[in-house]
Amino acid sequence: MKPLEIPTMDMTSKEVMRRIEISGDMLLNMGPQHPSTHGVINFLVQTDGEVMKRAIPEVGYLHRSLEKIGERCTYNGYMPYTDRVDYITAMCANQGWAMAVERLLGITVPKRAEYCRTIACELNRISSHLVSAGTMAMDIGAVTPFPYALREREYINDLLEELCGARLTYNYLRIGGVAFDLPSNFEEKLGTFLDHFEKILVEFNRLITYNEIFIKRLAHLAPIPAAMAIDYCLVGPNLRASGVQFDVRKDLPYSVYPEFQFDAPVGKGEVGTVGDSWDRFWCRCEEMRQSCRILRQCLAQIPKEGGTMAKVPRKIKLPEGTEAYSRIESARGDMQYYVIAGAGENAYRVKIRTGSFTAMGIIDVLSRGLMIADLVALIASLDVVAPEIDR
Amino acid sequence: MQAFLDSLIRNAGHDPATWPWTQFVYLAAMGAVSFAVINFAAITAGIFSWAERRVAARMQSRVGPNRVGPGGFLQWVADAVKLLLKEDLVPDEADQFLFRIAPYFMMVGFACVFVCLPFSHRLIVADMNVGIFYILAVTALIVVGIIMSGWSSNSKWSLFGAIRSAAQIISYEIPAGMALMIPVMLAGTLSTQGIIRAQGGWPWQWYVFNNPAALVAFLIYFISALAEGNRTPFDLPEAESELVSGYNTEYSGMRFSYFFLVEWGNMWIMSALASTMFFGGWQIPGLSPEHFDALTGGVAVLAEVASLAIFAFKTLIFVFIVMWLRWTLPRIRVDQMMNMCWKYLVPASFAGVLFVGVWMLIVHAAPWIGLVMRLGLTAAGALGVTLFALRTLKNIRDTGDKFDFTSNW
Amino acid sequence: MTFEEIHQRLAGKFGAAIGPLAPANKDSFAVVPAAEIVAICRHLKDDPDLAFDCLMNLSSVDWPKKNQIEIVYHFWSYAKRHSFILKVALDRAAPAIASVESVWKAADWLEREQFDLMGVQFDGHPDLRRIMMPDDWVGFPLRKDYKEQPSWHNITTTRENSLEGYVRLDEFRKKVAEAASATAQASGAAAPTAPDKDAAAAKKEVLQ
Repeated sequence: MKPLEIPTMDMTSKEVMRRIEISGDMLLNMGPQHPSTHGVINFLVQTDGEVMKRAIPEVGYLHRSLEKIGERCTYNGYMPYTDRVDYITAMCANQGWAMAVERLLGITVPKRAEYCRTIACELNRISSHLVSAGTMAMDIGAVTPFPYALREREYINDLLEELCGARLTYNYLRIGGVAFDLPSNFEEKLGTFLDHFEKILVEFNRLITYNEIFIKRLAHLAPIPAAMAIDYCLVGPNLRASGVQFDVRKDLPYSVYPEFQFDAPVGKGEVGTVGDSWDRFWCRCEEMRQSCRILRQCLAQIPKEGGTMAKVPRKIKLPEGTEAYSRIESARGDMQYYVIAGAGENAYRVKIRTGSFTAMGIIDVLSRGLMIADLVALIASLDVVAPEIDR
Repeated sequence: MQAFLDSLIRNAGHDPATWPWTQFVYLAAMGAVSFAVINFAAITAGIFSWAERRVAARMQSRVGPNRVGPGGFLQWVADAVKLLLKEDLVPDEADQFLFRIAPYFMMVGFACVFVCLPFSHRLIVADMNVGIFYILAVTALIVVGIIMSGWSSNSKWSLFGAIRSAAQIISYEIPAGMALMIPVMLAGTLSTQGIIRAQGGWPWQWYVFNNPAALVAFLIYFISALAEGNRTPFDLPEAESELVSGYNTEYSGMRFSYFFLVEWGNMWIMSALASTMFFGGWQIPGLSPEHFDALTGGVAVLAEVASLAIFAFKTLIFVFIVMWLRWTLPRIRVDQMMNMCWKYLVPASFAGVLFVGVWMLIVHAAPWIGLVMRLGLTAAGALGVTLFALRTLKNIRDTGDKFDFTSNW
Repeated sequence: MTFEEIHQRLAGKFGAAIGPLAPANKDSFAVVPAAEIVAICRHLKDDPDLAFDCLMNLSSVDWPKKNQIEIVYHFWSYAKRHSFILKVALDRAAPAIASVESVWKAADWLEREQFDLMGVQFDGHPDLRRIMMPDDWVGFPLRKDYKEQPSWHNITTTRENSLEGYVRLDEFRKKVAEAASATAQASGAAAPTAPDKDAAAAKKEVLQ
């Protein structure tokens, strides 16, 4: 297999395409409008028939300069924009920002607000993993798991809508707390949903996770060894599937996570190699079960009294140049905000390090020698979300 | 067909041999039946398009089309009208002539099969003595249409779909053909009606339970037919998550609908062939073909309708199974698809043919072995179906999807 | 290990090249010279006690006042579960630094992003292309003095503000109140008509 020439400094995407075309291989532009690229991403696929030589991800179609916007907004005013960083897991993106600014301010959030945050984030994590697992099954060709997953996600959306009035971009967290306390009846409804959902998870596994064809497609596909996963800075379920026991919630505990008993599922190579695509899928399915566990403990332990907002100055002003770094476990893994305070009411620099961005970097290496159908499975198994890559 | 017409005319009190224009009557009757059959093909395909969407919707806890007509039944008419009225786009860079003509190749290959598909005891356009050969040969025209459409679209996605399809259909024709040879050997004829007549109405008289090789042959045939019909798990040529839409990516309007007409019509063909070759076709339990032939008058018509209903029922069960598989299983990969065909199905089908040859000699020497094997296989089949149903019921109970979230949630 | 211990180990190896541990508000960092960055990074990764196997984040900050562009490296060690931060100050006119892609593969895309948005040249990077912006985009959006080009391939990058001409409700109320007080103060016969007219005009503006 002849690898592509290493591009030089003055390389452009057009030049990459031209070189593929003159190399005698087929250039396939997979995207930006393609059913299974999970958003607007383009893959320059250098292929010889069904077998790919290389797939080069081209991102940026959803670049909205959210980091630049962060320099223009007030700290509280930036909260709705963080929803848009990752609209599948908007709660966690909210929490990362809130925690970064809270670290700058040095305030502690009331206990009940932390529980509200945890409930919202874990619900959101389940809904995100449902989307991921469902679309992955659909990319493998099984259409039915997708509506099943979305049906359950609708219930979660209903719950979150009762909580904060929005179904996708929540804007629920505030710096120093949450916008609203839990509505009446919410805890009962959550309990009912959990009873229902844990059974559905079993059914979901029966339908797709342990399906013979599904296993045949995904086992041994694009395995990522632990060292490579760390080297490429994979995070979250992708990293854990490779056998690295690391979960920000457990290892760098924040919020009220130390008070809960839960496991971070690690890929075991149950049907193939450790860190293959099936392991990544399985990790997400298992994480949903763990989130259910956390939610049940939340319901049991949540303090009945207490405010939902800490004392936060109406106008947040910070000494110029102070900086803070926050790490939270979003559904796509370790999400990090790096904030440098500006002179006025807004930040000087915001940098958002997201899981999907680094996950995209590894596709080029993993895709060599795979088949086109495998590329689709690989993208889905890494669970990349286009807005989170581009920000 | 001719005999049937003759008997009808005789019933009316005339002798067809004395008529000078008998040949024209035959011709007209042929024309009318062909017209009906071709329309039947198109209309079943249309109805299946509705049925498939309803089945899929039910399986995915959705609603599905339910606005046009009762239960949305007329949806396929509305879709046909829409597709007819849509602009027929031809890409600028496409090979205009091939692009336009490709869907017709598929339609021809598909409609010709109906010529020797039996529907009931007498209802068949032409009971050819090379029926199975004819069906296998004519089906191959479809792959020509697919390659033409993929190549002429001048799109890489279409080309991928077309090449995949060609590889797949040509490969799977071998195990399918060999598997169909087993009923042919057992019946000693290639005629579809002849094969049905050689079986019986009761399950233990069907060829599927005749011997182990025939059971395996049925499975091989069913898998290969799924592959030839581009149905999941073999829908690689139009894998919409990989190839956008495969060979029909660039088509629109009526030409686009031809591709889907063929796909849904193929479901009838593969299911009808399965029930013809392995499941006793239109045979009515307890009524031997000879008795059937001897029936006259109203009873004959009644028996005819009953045989039609039995045939349609068996076929529709298979159609449902095909839909069911499609909405349950993931898609396999190209290399796995080829592996499966050449490493497993082809050797197995050849071995099956050899086994049946030996088996026929054994049964000829000791007929009771054949009877025991038939009854045993039938019992095993019934047991399998029962266990499957019980397991499904248990799964449904475990999940308890009766919970209603819609009311006051 | 704590920040201090890591810093001491680094200083022990590289001496004066490692700047003092800045007591920033939350996370301490050390400033190092650009020329040594690859050597330091390799040491950070290879030293068995430090074992920084992951480059967690790579960002850059534009400081026009100091005439500097700062590159910030966040390291994390999965083996030892500790982190460290390094900063490198570059000249704003021609920011260039050696790529650490050879040390951590994750640096590939992170450096491409900073090259694209901040205009930092990473020498030795294998595939330094624009990543977010189109190939022929002019300027580096995250710089503080960045001016967007008015159009790109005849596509305008600005659009009309649909809110122009509207008055905020509180400003409108303030205006009305001011007009009312002006009327009260004027207390003349001819005066009252004028502020009313103003208020009416303002109201019309709002309703537009």
